[in-house]
Amino acid sequence: MALDPKIPQGELDKKWSHYKATAKLVNPANRRKLDIIVIGAGLAGSSAAASLAEQGYHIKCFCFHDTPRRAHSVAAQGGVNACKNYHNDGDNIFRMFYDTLKGGDFRAREANVYRLAECSANLIDQAVAQGVPFAREYGGYLANRSFGGVQVSRTFYARGQTGQQLLLGAYQALMRQVAAEQVQMFTRHEMLDVVLIDGKAKGVIVRNMDTGEIERHGAHAVILATGGFGKIYYLSTLAMACNGSAIWRAYKKGAYMGNPSWTQIHPTSLPQSGENQSKLTLMSESLRNDGRIWVPKAANDNRTANSIPEGERDYYLERKYPAFGNLAPRDIASRAAKERIDAGYGVGPTHNAVYLDFSKALAEQGEKKITAKYGNLFRMYEKITGINAYKEPMRISPAAHFSMGGLWVDYELMTTIPGLFALGEANFADHGANRLGANSLLQACVDGYFVAPITVPNYLAGEIRAAKVDINDEAFAIAEKNVRQQIDTLLAIKGTQPADHFHKQLGRILYDKCGLSRSAEGLQQAIAEIRDLRASFYIDLTIPGTGNEINSELEKALRVADYLEIGELMCIDALNRNESCGAHFREEYQTPDGEAMRDDAHYAYVSAWQYDGPGLPPILNKENLHFEFVQPTVRNYK
Amino acid sequence: MQVFLKIWRQAGPSDAGKLVDYSLDNISEEMSFLDMLDTLNDMLTRKGEMPVEFDHDCREGICGQCGVMINGRAHGPLKNTTTCQLHMRSFKNGDTIYIEPFRASSFPIKRDLKVDRSAFDKIIQSGGFITERTGQAPEANDIPIPFETAEEAFDAAACIGCGACVAVCKNSSAALFTAAKITHLALLPQGKYESQKRVLNMVNTMDEQGFGHCSNTEACEAECPQQISVLHIARMNYEFNKALVLKK
Repeated sequence: MALDPKIPQGELDKKWSHYKATAKLVNPANRRKLDIIVIGAGLAGSSAAASLAEQGYHIKCFCFHDTPRRAHSVAAQGGVNACKNYHNDGDNIFRMFYDTLKGGDFRAREANVYRLAECSANLIDQAVAQGVPFAREYGGYLANRSFGGVQVSRTFYARGQTGQQLLLGAYQALMRQVAAEQVQMFTRHEMLDVVLIDGKAKGVIVRNMDTGEIERHGAHAVILATGGFGKIYYLSTLAMACNGSAIWRAYKKGAYMGNPSWTQIHPTSLPQSGENQSKLTLMSESLRNDGRIWVPKAANDNRTANSIPEGERDYYLERKYPAFGNLAPRDIASRAAKERIDAGYGVGPTHNAVYLDFSKALAEQGEKKITAKYGNLFRMYEKITGINAYKEPMRISPAAHFSMGGLWVDYELMTTIPGLFALGEANFADHGANRLGANSLLQACVDGYFVAPITVPNYLAGEIRAAKVDINDEAFAIAEKNVRQQIDTLLAIKGTQPADHFHKQLGRILYDKCGLSRSAEGLQQAIAEIRDLRASFYIDLTIPGTGNEINSELEKALRVADYLEIGELMCIDALNRNESCGAHFREEYQTPDGEAMRDDAHYAYVSAWQYDGPGLPPILNKENLHFEFVQPTVRNYK
Repeated sequence: MQVFLKIWRQAGPSDAGKLVDYSLDNISEEMSFLDMLDTLNDMLTRKGEMPVEFDHDCREGICGQCGVMINGRAHGPLKNTTTCQLHMRSFKNGDTIYIEPFRASSFPIKRDLKVDRSAFDKIIQSGGFITERTGQAPEANDIPIPFETAEEAFDAAACIGCGACVAVCKNSSAALFTAAKITHLALLPQGKYESQKRVLNMVNTMDEQGFGHCSNTEACEAECPQQISVLHIARMNYEFNKALVLKK
């Protein structure tokens, strides 16, 4: 079935204004009667909840942390893009649109990407008005820097803590609405199912993680803003509790999943240092502005970095991609690193890293300037590794980072379930097959502050005659029963292995076979291995304690149960796409010099997978991508 | 290396708690402190015992979720470092390590090392924001802010809300947390218009939530992972007194 993304007619630059001019409105008296559930209170969730509450809707907002300020948006370091053209270096909406579309290897929707660029300037205004302390120049005006994959300076930043400051802005706006009693905040609650009545999203089943209570909540629309699921790889840059459960439960209720296999592997993470490690720390990509990436020219070189002479170093990004050099986009930089590491040129005790070297920048700019730009990152590096990066190069390595894939949404950010919306990283939109640096904070904010507050009311205008949702409806009872049954099933296994054991194995399978490079053979193996692993999970899992108390092992097990299903869908998706594009690199489809070979004739579509029941293969629906305003080109950063 | 742990175990808010002994072998120096606790929990889970509940999430020092008292110090022995950024190279073979929750009457213990810090949200709800609705913002560069002011505001805004300042304070005062937000917003031109109302409400809420008063020991700054300065507390007092005087 071909999917209709409901893109407004007209010229590219008029689509969003046309949509806004014709979107249906709800009068203030009726807004008070309408409830909206927001799941997730990161940047997308908080901003949407606050903005819709400001309009007068009643919001119930849920998050699994003890306060919304902990959501993983907090960890984004480098910045947020906006085409303000404050540097007078030729930036504008079209160029930002083009960079994002090209960065995504022409696998995103033109209209969505254009809207993202169009709303970017407003976001900076909004954040500044909230008090976000962006970096400034001495004249008092806002400062910018450049970021990977573009040639202009359009990145706004707040030292290395841009995500934290933007999140606090949204969190404070949300807290203001909590105080105004427009938002009811439910912290430490995890969503375990979406409830549909007459085919429309009308509520959720959540678990109170402090008491184990299973609760029913009804509303006239449900927004999922639950972030990405890159933690499926176990070792990743994500926070420990990031998960894919909310979107997976929505998928099983009929929402389609878009391009689930597209995961960004970030090039500048710290390498794994030991078997018991649970998390890889990200070093901001901004370091690539001044750091140079290299490996020794000789394989298995065991000398220390500083004792390898200049002539024996291979600055492979500068060599292969002279136009962009160390600022090549993430997918390209990660793949190039993996290529060198796999070929035996990796550095460090286990030869699993490459160098990121600041010696040239330090010599040219002096330590003071480098400290001003990256001081906190150098400190963090030293805390973790015990190494002073002013004296010797950092060691970095690729790590799973961002889910370009997610719930399929139309132009209004509505999933295939009426009344169920997906915002931010939880949806598949905007980034195509590869996300540009500093575009994730942007997308979360634009979805939450500017898009959902227009498109959700457009949907709700059709619901003003709908009665208050009755949580005693049979649909709620069935959903609650299923959730309880699932929890009881997991607790009753009483095997020998904790949830992490299965998660680690799943991560290894996916990283090897559905990570930086994929092949048909490897993917088929991975599917078989994941099925076996899933079977052993249901035989050998152990969870101490009960469901009626704080139980982090149960929380993990519920997430891993979903990961074991998501992982299979990722492999099926990657196997279907017989081309290489962006983060999706199929070994069979590459040029003689190892670059990705895209196949626009056959694969210029979004894969939207539909759940067809337990044990049945998912159904592939295609949203064909039409390029009306730009012609896809070969993505060349040389 | 081998370490001996004495960990606070408490089933629920109203249950009695106690220190329980554990020992771990094969701990490597590269391991983070929380990796070490994961290792313990893996062992306990396999034995069918309840693992130690502790707060953590981003494990890169920014979410503010983690935080325990380690040998009596908030976040452990290193200066300006969250628990998750602490590594086992800070300990020696054979060390005994006491691990306890952040203690304060305003932070009730939920279980083991997990505490309820929702009182911080209450303080923010009472005024820790700029009243601005989406859509009202003027062009960003219409509000120039001197470089130094922006930097100072950032220093205050960097607070991660971990609660170490409260845990280490003999009065369990939230003065540093509250003052950081008051300073951040009072310094900025767009936050000034409601600074009087903000400081009165936030300080009152801080009292209502049961936090103690500041008696200038400066322990909070010493343990703060973000190096938030106690000078912000002085600014809060200044803003508070100014607001009292100007109050109509």
